[in-house]
Amino acid sequence: MAKTNTLDLTKNDYKGRPSTLCPGCGHNAISNQIISTAYDMAIEPHRVIKLSGIGCSSKSPAYFLGRSHGFNALHGRMPSVGTGAMAVNRSLIAIGVSGDGDTGSIGMGQFKHVMRRNVPMVYIIENNGVYGLTKGQHSATQDEGVPQKYYGINEYPAVDIALEAIVGGASFVARSFSGSPREVQALLSAAIRHNGLAVLDIISPCVAFNDTDASTKSYSYVRENLDVLHEVEFVGYVPQAENIEIDERTYERQGEILVEMHDGSRVVLKRVDEDSYDPTNRHEAIRQVEEARRSNKILTGLLYFEPERRTLHDVENLIDTPLVDLGEDVLRPSKEALDEIMQEMMI
Amino acid sequence: MADVLQAPEQAVGDETIVNDFQIIVATVNGTGSQTSNSLVIRSLFRMGIPVNGKNIFPSNIKGLQTWYTIRVSKDGYVARKEENQVLVAMNKSTIIEDIKQLPAGGVCLYDSGIRYEPTRDDILTYAMPVDDIMDQTDVKRSLRERVRNMVYVGALASLIGIELAEIEASLNAEFPGKQKVVDLNMSVIKLGHAYAEENYDRPSPFRVERMDETKGKLLMEGNAAAALGATFGGVQMLSWYPITPSSSVADNAMKYLSKFRIDKETGKASYAIIQAEDELAAIGMVLGAGWAGARAMTATSGPGISLMSEFAGMAYFAEIPSVIWNIQRVGPSTGLPTRTSQGDLLASYMLGHGDTQHICLLPANLKEAFEFGWRAFDIAERFQTLVFVLSDLDLGMNLWMTEPFDYPDEPMDRGKVLNAEQLNEHIKEYKRWGRYHDVDGDGIGYRALPGTPHPQAAYFTRGTGHDEWAVYSENSDVWVENLTRLTNKIAGSRDKLPQPIVETVDAADFGVIAFGTVDPAVVEARDRLAAHDKTFDYMRVRALPLSPAVREFIEAHDTVYVVENNFDGQLAKIIIMDYPELATRLKSIAYLDGLPFTAKFIVDSIMEHE
Repeated sequence: MAKTNTLDLTKNDYKGRPSTLCPGCGHNAISNQIISTAYDMAIEPHRVIKLSGIGCSSKSPAYFLGRSHGFNALHGRMPSVGTGAMAVNRSLIAIGVSGDGDTGSIGMGQFKHVMRRNVPMVYIIENNGVYGLTKGQHSATQDEGVPQKYYGINEYPAVDIALEAIVGGASFVARSFSGSPREVQALLSAAIRHNGLAVLDIISPCVAFNDTDASTKSYSYVRENLDVLHEVEFVGYVPQAENIEIDERTYERQGEILVEMHDGSRVVLKRVDEDSYDPTNRHEAIRQVEEARRSNKILTGLLYFEPERRTLHDVENLIDTPLVDLGEDVLRPSKEALDEIMQEMMI
Repeated sequence: MADVLQAPEQAVGDETIVNDFQIIVATVNGTGSQTSNSLVIRSLFRMGIPVNGKNIFPSNIKGLQTWYTIRVSKDGYVARKEENQVLVAMNKSTIIEDIKQLPAGGVCLYDSGIRYEPTRDDILTYAMPVDDIMDQTDVKRSLRERVRNMVYVGALASLIGIELAEIEASLNAEFPGKQKVVDLNMSVIKLGHAYAEENYDRPSPFRVERMDETKGKLLMEGNAAAALGATFGGVQMLSWYPITPSSSVADNAMKYLSKFRIDKETGKASYAIIQAEDELAAIGMVLGAGWAGARAMTATSGPGISLMSEFAGMAYFAEIPSVIWNIQRVGPSTGLPTRTSQGDLLASYMLGHGDTQHICLLPANLKEAFEFGWRAFDIAERFQTLVFVLSDLDLGMNLWMTEPFDYPDEPMDRGKVLNAEQLNEHIKEYKRWGRYHDVDGDGIGYRALPGTPHPQAAYFTRGTGHDEWAVYSENSDVWVENLTRLTNKIAGSRDKLPQPIVETVDAADFGVIAFGTVDPAVVEARDRLAAHDKTFDYMRVRALPLSPAVREFIEAHDTVYVVENNFDGQLAKIIIMDYPELATRLKSIAYLDGLPFTAKFIVDSIMEHE
């Protein structure tokens, strides 16, 4: 008998179709981490919607959570599709997968605005610095000075997705590496539990076009230059047993930062050096990311967290029932209502 | 003192023309003239006289010339007329040209503060010293500019016979509960009126008299009717990006939805209206919501349509119910952004790359704007596709008379959607469920919405090639099969969409086909041509793809004129694409200059051939 989770589902029930991406592609590892996370968290697959744009990254939702609805949208336009779907069905869990071209170039506008609206969804950027499907052009996240076989040296400064996200108003911003499965899964779990837009910028090396010695997004470079902010552990729902009177969602305890998510589940951020890092400090988050960028380091962890921001559902003042569950009795006003309006306008 | 400078010898005869002329008001935009003009229209309407107003405005907030034509027609004609008999000249930068345009015998009511002395002796001129009149009031300087147009409302009322009581009633309707505003405006109107009564010796040959032709009717703008229709269609999500002339669709949707769709207990909304960052995002949200099972729409105009092209193609190919209201304006490009057009017919019908075809609904009046407002959702969900509603600036932003709207006469058609239980039944019957599996032979598969608690409900929506099970495929046979099914699906809508309205006469000389807002001009042209002993059968097309009735209509006539407000004869081209063998019977009357069609143009164009 295969192992099952609390829903009596096996890990197989969370898998998708076989990947058609290159063997060794970072995106495949991320797909597997999504599968493991959903299985471990015992998420009902039918409650999940998978959304993506166009590109290698955006093909990957076909390769995980086969029992969840998927929408492979247009290049750079996944956020709007997710916004529309989540506006009308707030009971869904949205997992969006995008790439650095899809988000950092063609989709920069929608990326910024989905953060402004704080649409409750997980927004993963599988970030490898190149366009894979069109064979190796630099993307906007490619670091300055990195060469490509046909396209020469990238002369333009890189877009830093995490920095854009913090500045753009995302209420949850994390960065990780596809080769750090534990960290990705912990951050992904927290992102799924976050009531708002959660950006996960995951460096995910491209073995076909950007895994060279000169690349700053190769497996070897990233491994050597990881700057781990803290050890992230997702502990799930914890009843308030410790008698800690807290107003804050984030607090420090014995050198650990505890972050309480919307549903009461917790993320523990364990200190890795003397300084503990408070992810709710936006100013500090920007400073840290900027410093890492200047020293060509890849800073990973929960970079920024703003627990109480109003979501799209709050701002739109939506009723608790998902709009799609409403029947004609609610949706279509009565004949009397129409007659009244007509009467008012008549002389 | 007489303000008629020189009485024309013959043009102004003894004859008084009652309830059959057109007024043109020339003002500067941003001065509140919209309010004063709609006041004139509403007052005439309240006097029971058929009336229609058309705002001819610039793409500008403040300071440029704007015109407003108000037609009164005892016969009920609401098309624009080419000639204006009465001019209200308030704009010094256009007064010379405005007066030149007046026909002999015309009336010119002008602001004498402009310091321009009309010199034509074949018209009647009446001076209004607007600023002098305003000096008699205690209106604050800051409000003066917005109120001074009320002087002409009063003077015009005196000159042509609009009842002051109806003006006051209209003011009350315009500013409900704002007695101070009403009083302020009314005081200025009365001064203008008194000035005219005292000083204008020569009566205007153009007069209005009370009728009983507007009882039981109301005045409304097409965009408001569209929004009200969508409201009664149960719209759940509206996303939009501001663009003239469509913005008031969203404005009115906010008004109506907040009235009807707020939960009484919680005060929360059963709808979302989201102002998007651009038109791409607007249509993206519509597709996301439509895919998730909601009734979703956007409203836009030409440039927005261009931006929505890629998603439109996806809606067709991935079969996502969605509705776009295209309030057409003049293109190409930014074109004439505040002028009306029917120029997006072909672009909307085929929007998207590759072989794409969209259902288009073509409202011609307010009742249809309302009806298509709700029906578009039924059609979109029934055929699982994008539905365009092609209105235009003329219908959308001008005030039209209408009978009250009919409540939807059928329940909402949510199309083929399976819940978990129905999905089990479906699988029992057909062994397997596939999103694009055509079990009914109409090309329409069954949807299982996101969130359906069933292990086999999920499928993958994509714009890439897919088979009937929604699985990625680059197989040529699969592609051909899928596109054939889609073509058949849309073709299957031909006799299920709003069918053409046909009006026939005995032994017609020819046929006329038109759509949308050229309708009032065609109707008037029909009566005028009768005077030339020419009669025609009239078919007004109300949807694309074309009804099979179109073919029958053309086959029954040797000559059919296709009348439309665009340059290329787009409807004629669509007819020829469908029925090339009938092409020689068609004569295209296609014209676009940014103004609504006139009967005269149609009559002249037809008489060139007949």
